[in-house]
Amino acid sequence: MSVDGPPTATAGTLLAVEHLTMRFGGLLAIDDVSFDARDGEITAIIGPNGAGKTTVFNCLTGFYKPTSGRLTLQAGSGLFLLERMEDFRIAQQAKVARTFQNIRLFPAMSVLENLVVAQHNKLMRASGYTFAGLFGLGVYRHAEQDAVELARYWLEQVHLTARADDNAGDLPYGDQRRLEIARAMCTEPVLLCLDEPAAGLNHRESAELNELLLFIRNQHRIGVLLIEHDMSVVMGISDHIVVLDYGRKIADGEPAAVRNDPNVIRAYLGEEEDEALPPEVARDLALEQGPADGGDDAGGRA
Amino acid sequence: MEYFVQQLINGITLGSIYGLIAIGYTMVYGIIGMINFAHGDIFMIGAFVSLITILLLGMAGLSWIPLALLITLIVAMLLTSAYGWTVERLAYRPLRGSFRLAPLISAIGMSIFLQNYVQLAQGARVKPLQPVVQGGFTFMERPDGFTVSLSYMQIVIVVVTIALMAAFSLLIARTSLGRAQRACEQDRRMAALVGINVDRTISLTFVMGAALAAVAGMMFLLYYGVIDFYIGFLAGIKAFTAAVLGGIGSLPGAMLGGLLIGLIETFWSAYFTIEYKDVAAFGILVLVLIFLPTGLLGKPEVEKV
Amino acid sequence: MVVRTLNGVAGEFRLDIPAILKDCLVSALIALALAVFIIGLRTTDGSGGLGLDFRWQAVGIAVVGVFVGRFLLNLWWARRTPKPKVATAEQGVAASAAEAFKTFVKVAAPMAVIGAVVLPWMPFADRYLLDVSILVLTYIMLGWGLNIVVGLAGLLDLGYVAFYAVGAYSYALLALYFDLSFWACLPLAGAFACLFGILLGFPVLRLRGDYLAIVTLGFGEMIRVILLNWYEFTKGPDGLSGIPRPSFFGLPFTRRVPEGTESFHTFFDLDYSSLHRIIFLYYVILVLALLTNWFTLRLRRLPIGRAWEALREDEIACRSLGINPTNTKLTAFAIGAMFGGFAGSFFATRQGFISPESFTFIESAVILAIVVLGGMGSQVGVVVAAVLLIGGTELFRGLDEYRMLAFGGAMVLIMVWRPRGLLAHREPTLKLSPAPTGGGPP
Repeated sequence: MSVDGPPTATAGTLLAVEHLTMRFGGLLAIDDVSFDARDGEITAIIGPNGAGKTTVFNCLTGFYKPTSGRLTLQAGSGLFLLERMEDFRIAQQAKVARTFQNIRLFPAMSVLENLVVAQHNKLMRASGYTFAGLFGLGVYRHAEQDAVELARYWLEQVHLTARADDNAGDLPYGDQRRLEIARAMCTEPVLLCLDEPAAGLNHRESAELNELLLFIRNQHRIGVLLIEHDMSVVMGISDHIVVLDYGRKIADGEPAAVRNDPNVIRAYLGEEEDEALPPEVARDLALEQGPADGGDDAGGRA
Repeated sequence: MEYFVQQLINGITLGSIYGLIAIGYTMVYGIIGMINFAHGDIFMIGAFVSLITILLLGMAGLSWIPLALLITLIVAMLLTSAYGWTVERLAYRPLRGSFRLAPLISAIGMSIFLQNYVQLAQGARVKPLQPVVQGGFTFMERPDGFTVSLSYMQIVIVVVTIALMAAFSLLIARTSLGRAQRACEQDRRMAALVGINVDRTISLTFVMGAALAAVAGMMFLLYYGVIDFYIGFLAGIKAFTAAVLGGIGSLPGAMLGGLLIGLIETFWSAYFTIEYKDVAAFGILVLVLIFLPTGLLGKPEVEKV
Repeated sequence: MVVRTLNGVAGEFRLDIPAILKDCLVSALIALALAVFIIGLRTTDGSGGLGLDFRWQAVGIAVVGVFVGRFLLNLWWARRTPKPKVATAEQGVAASAAEAFKTFVKVAAPMAVIGAVVLPWMPFADRYLLDVSILVLTYIMLGWGLNIVVGLAGLLDLGYVAFYAVGAYSYALLALYFDLSFWACLPLAGAFACLFGILLGFPVLRLRGDYLAIVTLGFGEMIRVILLNWYEFTKGPDGLSGIPRPSFFGLPFTRRVPEGTESFHTFFDLDYSSLHRIIFLYYVILVLALLTNWFTLRLRRLPIGRAWEALREDEIACRSLGINPTNTKLTAFAIGAMFGGFAGSFFATRQGFISPESFTFIESAVILAIVVLGGMGSQVGVVVAAVLLIGGTELFRGLDEYRMLAFGGAMVLIMVWRPRGLLAHREPTLKLSPAPTGGGPP
């Protein structure tokens, strides 16, 4: 299933995706995609609808088993081959946290409970796998207090302290998005995967989100992997961008470089719009495409 | 060998009845993703409507059996469909999009209700019916006198089942109703956006399932000659097992599953113990769900994250 | 703004009588189609096979009933729909309802417990009332046990009665074959049921919700069929009789005892009364039930309990947070099974006789209905529902025939009316204290 040979992750690389391929029956959702994500950096994965971005996430977090390829996570806690792990173990041991495109909170539980549930494994150990906790031993009470304090910290960061005791399902959409990020951060991850966190947000909320993501990157020095449609979010905060189209990687590099990549422009403008372009522009694009394709194979990130 | 052939015939007959019920489970599951727990009781109502129709026709003095059976078939399909439609309308439609266990619990309530309704209206005693279709072929006589028999009733059951299966497959594959149904299976909201009347399509699915269950009920009545208000429970569970075994959501799968369950049950009773035949059916359900969750002919399901 | 809403109300309150009548007529016609055969023609046992009785009157009643019912329902809808929905007002109403519920629970729960404790000493507490109370308490305990599985963990278990049966048969067999006392068997019965829960749960808990329901139902039926047919071990349909009654720390509740030993009334120097045993049984089940409740309330505030509820809300999100779904479900399943086993061994010792008849699917459905009706996950709801359903049906013993009909109908109506149950309000298990590092959780 996986690629032979030793993992090629180099120092500073948190996550190495190598030759990832995912096939659903006859549909090739991801076709031989490779890229890296680094500690303390925001890596964005962009691409038109159906490019396979969420599928990459689902492979990373174990919800899908990739058809082939290797996913290596190298963190302080050790080296993990994610493609061989069950989904909940990826979160538990490799410490990869994620959010979902269509928000998945625990709607009938309070905001605070959502954040405490995220610290489940830590608290389970502290409660002596329930036996000690049942009789209200001090060890567990302290652990629970610590968990609440961590939750309080993240509530403050996402400006939801006032709503801590309300049901998560009663929050407005934008608050729910931020709560989901706070919940993921409560698992104390080394890699945070955000699936379109800006979807459905208004301008102001989107700007707040940017600040939150920069805060997470700068203060907590973890790796952030971001799927996004909204180019203003991506260009403003990403350190590194990977572009997918029809399951293939078409560009990989710094925001400025990706922005001007003709392949990317074409993927975003779409094939039909080619005809609408003035003939001379189309010719220029076609000329530029050749060398750009060759450059891609070298693997973008230098 | 002769004994084996006899069991094979019996198993296929029983399997046809299970298959007809299983189609109702599979269609409803395919379109709204719920287990219509009351479907077994719809089958039971079909059997009762058939019984009453046959008695009425007998009182009216209709003696040409084929015509009587045809009338019974039509009446049973019509009235049982009305039950299927009403159940969907009252107990399931208001819960569409509700919390996920709600429709199932509502369906269990409906099943209890229907059983007790028929018990109250028709009495709790078993209802015997004198054989309507008699006679058959015998062949493969053994020296010790054992013969394999194939009754006309068994032939009727298998032929009717095959005919209905073909008709329904055509209906699903060729007509606009079938297209609407498949569209709703894929994506209900999108189907509504392109102008499909989703509510009507779901209602018709229940009606079709109930009509087939009515046929199964009638066959059950004629084959075994005795029914009561409780027959729907076990038959329903076995038919559901058949639907799962064949791959829930797949029409040929339901038929195949029905045949397999019928055969397994018959052979188990014939060669092992008759007491544990229900345990065998449930055991198979558990094994199938654990090792082959998509069934024999089901499509692999990709979890949507 | 206010004026406009008022206008809205006035404008929409007009009744569209012809439309309503048409709707009622259609409903009545459908009712006619449904009723004409099943209700109108009753099959009767005649001399030469089945005959038919015509009962057009009953059909008429059904059709008219549907017509009138539908009409009233239409009036109700017409009255209700134009209710102005002002967000703040509605939130206020919801909040005050929640407050009211909280005070109700705070006052009513201890009152109910005190009431239950003193009940046997009330002048009106006769044997019949105590028997009914024991029955209700048994169902409350079963409801609380199943509430862990269905209400908290969201696992639809349609075969809960299997664990009840395992508990009952474990006690009966251990007592009959090994001569063990009730108190020694009770933990063993719980442990057996728990083990059974783990064995059954391990393969099936991976299944999706509705598949799980059918498989648990299948298991419930399998256990019943095995109990019915394994004659050498379980005496099959004849059942096990002569199951020992519980003793009061070794003191039996019998009128006459063998020479040299004492019974309850001789030891405490009381006159013999058959009520002693009933009162004792009442307290046993009360303590068992309260223990179940205490345990559940405790677990809800622990990580495992929160994980159960989270799993009920969204399993995929749980997995993304590193919660092992199979183990978490398994604990809920096993603990629920254990309480079912306790209740089962109590049932066996109270009845003195058990047979597979007592453990049919309908029993599972009744317990499930108690949980669902009360409001999934609500401990108070279980009590209310058990008192209504079990106590209520005892009151209406004369209408026994209609009991299960009403029962099934009520399940449907309550689901349609309130899919989350009667008392579905949920209190968070943890609140954010105002001070950053203040006192511990309450």
